[in-house]
Amino acid sequence: MSNYQYIFTEIDDAVGKIILNRPEVLNALNRPMITELVNALETFNKNENIKVILLTANGRSFAAGADIKEMKEDDPIYLEKLDQFAEWDRMSLIKKPIIAAVQGYAVGGGFELVLSCDIVFAAENAKFGFPEVNLGVMPGAGGTVKLTKTIGPRKALEWLWTGEYFDAKKAYEYGLVNRVLPVEVLFDEAMAFAKKVATQPPLSIRLIKDTVTKAVDLSTYESMQYERKNFYLLFATDDQKEGMQAFVEKRQPIFKGK
Amino acid sequence: MYETILYKVKNKVAYLTLNRPDSLNAFNEIMNKEIVQALKIAEKDPSVRALVIQGAGRAFCSGEDLKSLDKNIDLGEIIKKRYTPMLKQIASFSKPIIASVNGVAAGAGFSLALACDFRIVSDKATFIQAFINIGLVPDTGNLFYLPKLVGTAKAIELSILGEKITAGDAEKYGLVTKVVPFDELESETENFAEKLANKPTKAIELIKNLIRKSYETRLDEFLEYEAYSQKIAGSTEDFKEGVQSFVEKRKPVFQGR
Repeated sequence: MSNYQYIFTEIDDAVGKIILNRPEVLNALNRPMITELVNALETFNKNENIKVILLTANGRSFAAGADIKEMKEDDPIYLEKLDQFAEWDRMSLIKKPIIAAVQGYAVGGGFELVLSCDIVFAAENAKFGFPEVNLGVMPGAGGTVKLTKTIGPRKALEWLWTGEYFDAKKAYEYGLVNRVLPVEVLFDEAMAFAKKVATQPPLSIRLIKDTVTKAVDLSTYESMQYERKNFYLLFATDDQKEGMQAFVEKRQPIFKGK
Repeated sequence: MYETILYKVKNKVAYLTLNRPDSLNAFNEIMNKEIVQALKIAEKDPSVRALVIQGAGRAFCSGEDLKSLDKNIDLGEIIKKRYTPMLKQIASFSKPIIASVNGVAAGAGFSLALACDFRIVSDKATFIQAFINIGLVPDTGNLFYLPKLVGTAKAIELSILGEKITAGDAEKYGLVTKVVPFDELESETENFAEKLANKPTKAIELIKNLIRKSYETRLDEFLEYEAYSQKIAGSTEDFKEGVQSFVEKRKPVFQGR
């Protein structure tokens, strides 16, 4: 529907789908691909009809890291000026839920992309890892930070230092993924979940994401203050009135996102 | 080409023959590797819908080649480097695996037979849980599978006594699918394997996974997985064919997709 080169997008009811589409290189993430991805996320973020974003990948693997050839000859000053990771900052400003469905390899930049999503469904054949250390570098798009905040410093260091890959089961045990599924049902189940979230009151969903994201970074006191403000704010919505009215009347609420 | 095994495909069945008859098909490093390679090829080959593991000559497999083993070596490293990858490859194999056991299956050779889905066994076959006799513990997944097949009490008995188990006893303990006369092992194995190769292959894979899950998960998780499995099975051509042939009162012809 849009003229992207490395991804494509689809709309299924209230779910906006973004599909990584460089299967011939296991969806290795080059810079223009990240830019396209962020543009697609922002487009869906602004589209009133889209309630949830589903990120998937075409082919055997989700995303096998960055395009190494692209960066092999780079020097620090060039990288500072290029500021490529600023694109990833834009990703963190997306207000709508982002659900990832991951099969095969999600390593390096691909793993960072997974860590940038809100909910992760993984196929049993999924493998995660940060092999950057084997190239004499380290993750640069938030990998070290987000992994640490998700699983704690000890496990994070083990993964980051060894560069080894971990399977979906282990990722599940460490709380990195929400669900592990046979690959054959991965997309259907992720879509079903996306559609379920899409029926929830959108402003609640939005402010819940906002508050949970803040809770990761702010102190308990600050995030509880923040939570409170968002809680109060939802009382300005029609959906709060409808939700509570429906509860009292013992019927199903009809949410409008207003 | 392989040095220590033979590999061929006939009538949808892959035959992996351990081929070091002079040492009763004892494992060495190359054989461990070649088994993994052959299993990977059979896994990817859509024309293969069942796999037989068998031994050339008198024996099925006599386990690790003790003669060429350095006594000062770290056995844990050998397990990790050579046997664990082989066992994992077998355990994750999606199609049915049949051990066709002609003669002795000792030590890791016994373990290999245990890791298969079926054991067609000649009346001359013997199993020996030999590890204890040289002061070691059963390896190559042996004690992962053995208690599940024969129960804890029998598994302890076999593992600690380390005595020879005849084909007849093995049958009594629930270790074997079928005992057949030695001369008929080859034809019985072929018939059995070809029967499996004509069944709905995807459903077989899903059944294997579900049984494995039954040891690993709680009931509610298992039931979720069961629903996924049935969804997948229900989307196969073979399911359509199964229903269609039932309605038409004829024998189904399953394509394995």
